[in-house]
Amino acid sequence: MHHYFVEGFVLPNQNQIWWTILIVLYPYITGIVAGAFIISSLYHVFNKEDLKPVSRFSLLMAFAFLLFATCPLLGHLGRPERALNIMLTPNPTSAMAGFGFIYATYLIILAIEIWLVYRPDIVYLSKHSSSMLLRKLYWLLSLGVDNVSKSSLESDHKVMIFLASIGIPAACTLHGYVGFIFGAIKANPWWSSPMMPVIFLLSAIVSGIAMVLVCYQAIHYLKGRAIDSQCTQALMGYLWLFAIIDVAIELLEIINHAYMANEDWEVLHELVMTKLFVSYVVIQMLVCSVIPIGLLGAAIIFRKRLSDRIRNAMGFLSAMLLLIQVLAMRWNVVIGGQMFSKSFRGFLRFDVEVFGREGLLVAFAIFLMPFITLGIFARLLPLWGPIETYPKKWLRKGLPEKQNLTFPEPAHPS
Amino acid sequence: MKKMNRREFLTKTVGTGVKTFVFGNLVCTTAELLQDKKSFANSASKKEEPEKVIFGFLVDTRKCIGCGSCVRADKAENGVPEGFFRTWVERYTFFPNGRVLVDSPKGAEDGFWPVKEDKERTLGKPYHHYFVPKLCNHCIDTPCIQVCPVGASFETKEGVILIDQKRCVGCAYCVQACPFGTRYINPEKGVADKCTWCYHRTTQGLKPACVEVCPVKARIFGNISDSESEISKLLRDNRVQVLKSYLGTRPKTRYIGLDSGVI
Repeated sequence: MHHYFVEGFVLPNQNQIWWTILIVLYPYITGIVAGAFIISSLYHVFNKEDLKPVSRFSLLMAFAFLLFATCPLLGHLGRPERALNIMLTPNPTSAMAGFGFIYATYLIILAIEIWLVYRPDIVYLSKHSSSMLLRKLYWLLSLGVDNVSKSSLESDHKVMIFLASIGIPAACTLHGYVGFIFGAIKANPWWSSPMMPVIFLLSAIVSGIAMVLVCYQAIHYLKGRAIDSQCTQALMGYLWLFAIIDVAIELLEIINHAYMANEDWEVLHELVMTKLFVSYVVIQMLVCSVIPIGLLGAAIIFRKRLSDRIRNAMGFLSAMLLLIQVLAMRWNVVIGGQMFSKSFRGFLRFDVEVFGREGLLVAFAIFLMPFITLGIFARLLPLWGPIETYPKKWLRKGLPEKQNLTFPEPAHPS
Repeated sequence: MKKMNRREFLTKTVGTGVKTFVFGNLVCTTAELLQDKKSFANSASKKEEPEKVIFGFLVDTRKCIGCGSCVRADKAENGVPEGFFRTWVERYTFFPNGRVLVDSPKGAEDGFWPVKEDKERTLGKPYHHYFVPKLCNHCIDTPCIQVCPVGASFETKEGVILIDQKRCVGCAYCVQACPFGTRYINPEKGVADKCTWCYHRTTQGLKPACVEVCPVKARIFGNISDSESEISKLLRDNRVQVLKSYLGTRPKTRYIGLDSGVI
């Protein structure tokens, strides 16, 4: 068991911080899911053509992160083997009880949407993939449906728009609900605020866009492919917009606390100015908010004077900083909210655990998993574009050099 | 096997999914309704049951001497793990410059020692102090039951808030939601734990362990629906308060002589 350093008067049972790094990681992961999904919807549903190069990748990224969103929770539970109780005996008055259902719904929507987007590729690969085994695998993935006629693809698109029209509110619910988990705790003045779901949602969108921007540029740079500057420019625009709103609301929240100066402000003020000074004031509010918002603003306002390379670099740096900003925000909410006692007369220090079930190593491992999964996806499906981007070795020998992109006629008309 | 086209496939999959979901919900709801009906029938059949019992707990802070017997008794009775407390006693010491020092060394398991000399040197000689025992407030509108995702926290018919430790998943949401810091995760069991007002004793007509051992009768426990019980009389004849009333949880543990500095 941990022994935490306490000062002042801390209620005797509050001798440790219950929600630690894994609970910081959980909203971070779901946030990236929500943000990435919104990016892909901007293309698939709202026809933002600029985002086409990342539209597929962001969908897969959302899925890869969503697959591991439950891991931090399972790692944290005192009795993980009973986790399914949350769906078997859900308590209707508990916000947390909604998790299982919201999560499952969203996972299904996302899976179907990915299937619809990739269906033509899957069908094509189930016929032209290099090995028999792979062809069988793709056939399984196609669920036996090989109709890729124009009318069929059109109706796919209709279903996709319908799914996205559920998916966007589901993404917002998934993350707004995470904010609600904290915002609805009246026992904790640092959490209890109707702003919390809004802040969580906005920072989710910021982290999702930032992660897509970072991964897109990093992977293309490493693979030596050309970066589509129109796409990065569009991403930077959205990132700038959401970062401004997000930071503005975060600031409004703390100013509101300070201005109202309720009886709990004394302890919150002390919290912000001493315990969370580095992670909140310096990292979250100054370095990782002001600099990226300034950089993105400059990159957008002076876009004609700057070269693509410089602008992309500015975007990359800003996105990295904003990823840290959102992580710091999660940390400051989750850990910060437990660093003062409910006696409002004392503080606890949080010592980061490295090894152990809820330690830093486990957190790193869980955070790495979505990237490994994306790597596996990349071996199966083209991350960036449709068929023309398949590596040649994926396909059977003897196919014409330049692939014919019109899909084969259906074997049996539907 | 008949070949299925995509439309049929989708209709079938979605249809089956919806049916499973709806049917599953129906089964759950019906089971719950039946259970409710059963308990309703049970309560109806026991018409001749003597009287309704609603437990209440009253702490007279004016009487507490901070001996810590209650904490020791509670630990012995309930096997409370080391470092955690189902009940504890706080000491509020007042200094001439207006400073208040609050402490509760080891939850007052070993009682209190005089305020340290170095504190006296910096803050002056204390002119007043009192003790405040704390325990679960068994709130009427309790946030712990509200937030429990699996419905492990529940209220008994006597108004006691308990935890079904076989159902609890140990998420600690209730620990976060309790404004009074009375809940903790039992390190041995991995589930939430807290004061039960010694439900195993009180339902047998005994008093809670802490009430039993208190040498000065600072803790009073009883049936508040019986207007002739000791606790009912005391509640009637005194000015009573609750902790953090502004949060609207309506605690059932009430206090006589509570000072505004106590939170």
